[in-house]
Amino acid sequence: MKKILKYVIVDIIQNKIVLIYTALLLLISLSVFNIESSAAKGMASLLNLILLVVPLVCIIFSTIYIYNSTEFTELLVSQPLKRKTIWLSLFGGLATSLSLAFLIGVGIPVLLYHADATGLVMILSGLFLTVVFVSIAFLAVGWTRDKAKGIGWAIALWLFFALIFDAIVLFLLFQFQDYPLENAMVIMSFINPIDLSRVQILLQMDISALMGYTGAVFREFFGSSMGIIISFLGLSVWIAVPLLFSLRSFKRKDM
Amino acid sequence: MIELKNISKKFGRLQVLNGINTKFKEGECIALLGPNGCGKTTMIKTILGMVVPDSGQILFDGKEVNNEWQYRKYIGYMPQIGRYPENMTIAHLIQMMKDIRKDGNIAPDDRLAKSFGLNDMMNKKMRTLSGGTTQKVSASLAFMFKPRVLILDEPTAGLDPISSEKLKERIIEEKEKGKLILITSHILSELDDLVTKVIYMNEGNFLFEKPLAELKEITGEEKLSRAVAKIMGGQSIGKPSNQMQPA
Repeated sequence: MKKILKYVIVDIIQNKIVLIYTALLLLISLSVFNIESSAAKGMASLLNLILLVVPLVCIIFSTIYIYNSTEFTELLVSQPLKRKTIWLSLFGGLATSLSLAFLIGVGIPVLLYHADATGLVMILSGLFLTVVFVSIAFLAVGWTRDKAKGIGWAIALWLFFALIFDAIVLFLLFQFQDYPLENAMVIMSFINPIDLSRVQILLQMDISALMGYTGAVFREFFGSSMGIIISFLGLSVWIAVPLLFSLRSFKRKDM
Repeated sequence: MIELKNISKKFGRLQVLNGINTKFKEGECIALLGPNGCGKTTMIKTILGMVVPDSGQILFDGKEVNNEWQYRKYIGYMPQIGRYPENMTIAHLIQMMKDIRKDGNIAPDDRLAKSFGLNDMMNKKMRTLSGGTTQKVSASLAFMFKPRVLILDEPTAGLDPISSEKLKERIIEEKEKGKLILITSHILSELDDLVTKVIYMNEGNFLFEKPLAELKEITGEEKLSRAVAKIMGGQSIGKPSNQMQPA
């Protein structure tokens, strides 16, 4: 496992995209903290960045990378290695390097300007979000052998989680406003990892105006600290389940 | 040593392997022949675990290998079209394979790489190599770890005559060490002095499986190409005779 992980990470780091991504994150975070009048406002702006850009870059870069390593996986499958090892090394390599990029690009500025519990939760949920979307990319790759279609799926998934899902939630809220929907909303937010991270950070930041409906219900439901723990559990499930499904289909895949 | 029991595989609606049963023993050198698309490569890939059969069992040294992986360290595989990570240099690739297949008792053997002259181009990236050079890399890797079984899929396709001859000599050397060699080729003339057994496949079935000596005796021919042509000529299945012309 370690052997292959090493080769994957070296290969990704040689790939300039990850370096550009790191620099971009760093640039945006630093400028956000410098432009906004207070660090707290800076955090709120940064939150939107994390919730949109991080999932997008992670899912698309991972999808393209997995397709481009077809030759690599093909070569390794004929060698004395478990398929599980190969697949998890690929996952580990992508998750590690993208998390590292996030830590440098967002983690360092946040720790410089806002080093408290809120900052920590922000960094943690950004890391979780990174790994979740790498995991979802692995799932999307399993659906088709065609690279163009696979990238299409990745973009569609990102659109769904970042935009369409919220529209559906709002639509349901308006349609069923006469009914008590609190519990349903809590469950709904577990269906979307981006929502889950948003709730988590807002719970910690305690900005009730920005918290939205789900956030308010969440707090009432779990209380702040319990809510954060449970949402981290939810994100962990979002990492494990897509990865396990993709692993299962990779084990049966014909090279 | 390797045993296939009732192996079947479908790609979509196409039945590629249709209940294959056979046994390969140590010291044998088997020629796997048949028209394009008859399932030769798929059969090889099922042995390597690259293609997962729909049904049937594969035994290596009497042990079932479905979902196993250790047995692959005894196999050297040279693919028909080697596909390698494009950004790796030859040196890097060889280093990685050594890393993966590192075994305390076996010192890697890079004689073949040397005789092909790969040492002078170790820093070239895989993407920049010609088809023939890629084949040389594949061949070198297949022989490097002194495997007990060699699976060579069209080994000489794309190689120049001199390299092809070097490879052939090496195959004969390994055969004399008593290794199992499984080889597919369309150029039958070059199999003449190698092969001990001939398998002819068509549409996922074995049409025949005979020791070379027996085949020559039945047909009264000295050359493998003519013997196969003659035996196939007697049966009217597809147009195998087209495929069997010696190059």
